[in-house]
Amino acid sequence: MRELTDGATAIVRGAVDAGCTFFAGYPITPASQILMAMMREMPKVGGVAIQAEDEIASIGMCIGATMSGARALTATSGPGVSLYSENIGMAIMGEVPLVIVDVQRMGPGTGAATTVAQGDVQFVRWGSGGGYPIIALCPSSVLECYSLTRRAFDLAERFRCPVFLLTDKELSQTACTVDVSAYAAPPVRARTPAPAGLDPYSYDPLDGVSPLAQYGAGHVVRFTGSTHDERAFITKDPATVERLNQHLVAKIENHSSEIQLVTADLQEGAQTLLISYGVTAGAMREAVTRMRGAESKVSALTLQSLWPVPEQAILTALEGVTRVVVAELNPGQVVREVERIARGVDVIGLQRIDGEMISPTDFEEVAR
Amino acid sequence: MNQTSVTPLATYRNERPYPFCPGCGHGPILNHLNSALVSLGVDASEVVIVSDIGCSGLSDQYFATSAFHGLHGRSITYATGIKLARPDLKVVVIMGDGGTGIGGAHLLSAARRNVGITVIVMNNFNFGMTGGQHSVTTPTGALTSTTPGGNLERPLDICATVAANGAGYVFRGTNFDKDLAERIADGMRSECFALLDVWDLCTAYFVPRNKASRKTLSATLDQLGFESGVLRDEDVAEYAAAYRAACKPHAGKPTLAPRPLDVCCTSALDRRLRIVVAGSAGGKVRSASGFVARAAILSGLWSAQKDDYPITIMTGHSVAELVLDSEEIHYTAVSRPDALLILSDDGLGKARKFLARMGADDHVFVLPEFADVETAARICVIDPARAQTRLTKAGVALYALTYAVAQLGILPVGAFEASASHGNPAYREENLRTVREAYAAALA
Repeated sequence: MRELTDGATAIVRGAVDAGCTFFAGYPITPASQILMAMMREMPKVGGVAIQAEDEIASIGMCIGATMSGARALTATSGPGVSLYSENIGMAIMGEVPLVIVDVQRMGPGTGAATTVAQGDVQFVRWGSGGGYPIIALCPSSVLECYSLTRRAFDLAERFRCPVFLLTDKELSQTACTVDVSAYAAPPVRARTPAPAGLDPYSYDPLDGVSPLAQYGAGHVVRFTGSTHDERAFITKDPATVERLNQHLVAKIENHSSEIQLVTADLQEGAQTLLISYGVTAGAMREAVTRMRGAESKVSALTLQSLWPVPEQAILTALEGVTRVVVAELNPGQVVREVERIARGVDVIGLQRIDGEMISPTDFEEVAR
Repeated sequence: MNQTSVTPLATYRNERPYPFCPGCGHGPILNHLNSALVSLGVDASEVVIVSDIGCSGLSDQYFATSAFHGLHGRSITYATGIKLARPDLKVVVIMGDGGTGIGGAHLLSAARRNVGITVIVMNNFNFGMTGGQHSVTTPTGALTSTTPGGNLERPLDICATVAANGAGYVFRGTNFDKDLAERIADGMRSECFALLDVWDLCTAYFVPRNKASRKTLSATLDQLGFESGVLRDEDVAEYAAAYRAACKPHAGKPTLAPRPLDVCCTSALDRRLRIVVAGSAGGKVRSASGFVARAAILSGLWSAQKDDYPITIMTGHSVAELVLDSEEIHYTAVSRPDALLILSDDGLGKARKFLARMGADDHVFVLPEFADVETAARICVIDPARAQTRLTKAGVALYALTYAVAQLGILPVGAFEASASHGNPAYREENLRTVREAYAAALA
């Protein structure tokens, strides 16, 4: 059986089913649907949803609530991510599990609030001081809006870090027909209770993650967004500082194969590989069908995880091809990562920044 | 979680000595906070000290309680999240006058909500940690590193501001007050948003530049006409409790679930069909298009609906791009429609780009006033005035779109009827009548 629904609805369902118990957000086009739906949903599950006074408060409340045991979600668009920026860094430093939905709209600046874009890919990775890694997932269909929201909650818990769900105006708001039996429900791990007396931060092993101690569980819990030792006291001791910072990198970068999520549709003998993500991957799927129907060989790779860059999957997909087309609705962001990885392959960027979606025909023309 | 056994401590301080400058008022304020905690006899793990940034931001590290050290000016937001998720916890914010300024919107909002946290402002009239710059509470005329000729700004009356905006407990005093510990305990005992504006002396910067002393603190109070003491102590509905009470009727209700549509009809459509509906905001373009998108699914097809409209409501264009297909749809935008419906001047404006791309095999459906539109496509005029029942303004879009789809011969009337039963029940009968009339008129 099929339903008519949109990505925003699927994200809200995914969050509720993942066990989300706290939402704070501030109205912004095109993410307000998620705010409004979460205001309706949270009371049903005994959770809390609040419209905060601004985006800074939204993410701040989410971080505080998480430390009180909640599983938190916030949703905004690019301009709101700008205001989240400092707190994203703090969530990285304080190792706070948190899911952040960015419904991308066209920028820069206020840009065009109701126009599709995919311009925040590098922004969410590098948009907070220090340059430390985050995880970003990117659904390319309504079905994936549901499953990747669940996955985002799971990864946030697994790695104690903010996880972005990068979507866009079209995927979030365009109503699509969905086969309801096809919704995948990846498991979402429960929070491991931290035993009393355990230091809130542990860097041994460097790529390990200690359980999140939360307030009100019967023992004293310290949290800090400053450079700290394992007990959450501020320190400048170089050895401790280095261990902390190496840990923040290693716990994500050393596990990129665990986080990596792609759909590879590779064709034997194809010389061209198409790479895309998000709403643009939909057009890519149609282009591949058309091109193969016209006896033209082509491979395609949809990236459902953007950060860390799924390098292994990209390298595997690049085997045997002579050129790769990277399609995205921005001036060229993921193409930079592919250029960094690809050796001896012609890398072509297919970009649109006119507010229109990249069409299957756009793919066919560049891949011809 | 309610603690069944509380373990009060003789002191809530840990073994770490304060780091503050000689003569700084912050240490005494923290001693008063410790005394307050001792008098309340709370469990240390159930108290969360949320510290801001600046000298006051160091505070949490000298307590054996739970702690949160966050960003500059945002301590109230973390405290709000902590409290909303766990209303049983005692949450104390310690911030400076710097954090009060940059986080002003949070202070106002927390007061308006009356969220049950206790905020202690260590107010020493300047930024102590960064070199003695002026803050929102620097008295007019005071010398700081950024007001070398004397401060030109008026100092913020923190207490009057939060009291006027809903805070349940408001107190102003100094770190020299003998009853400060009791007042902090009162604030923490209050279920309300409690704010204590505690004036103290920054001996590193403000004191030497302004010859400030314990005496000048009260002189400044008099000069400014700021009141001190307990300025408000009222029982106001606390936000976290009020939220939970308001949510109660919704507890356990079913959450959002898929809403599958039972296929009840068939369609002969074996290719992709793109329909653009171009009208005005407020003209029910989106709901009429959704009606058809559902009718398509009820006929075993796949459909998608991409809307375009300005951010304003009830003015300007509203354009829906409908895609129908027997196969799954992965690309939802329409460049060249097979059929275009023009419902208004706003719609015509947006439709011109489509009209230019359409050819002889395509169809343009228009209301009578747009009958002379220039296009290579076949024009079909739909006259809603000829409907048997007088249509409401909102009914025109559904009538015209149903008429067009019926003419194209892609969906049976039964699909429209079934779609009506999945829409808003308030409009079901009206919609049923509209689609039946439109369908009959199209085939007549």
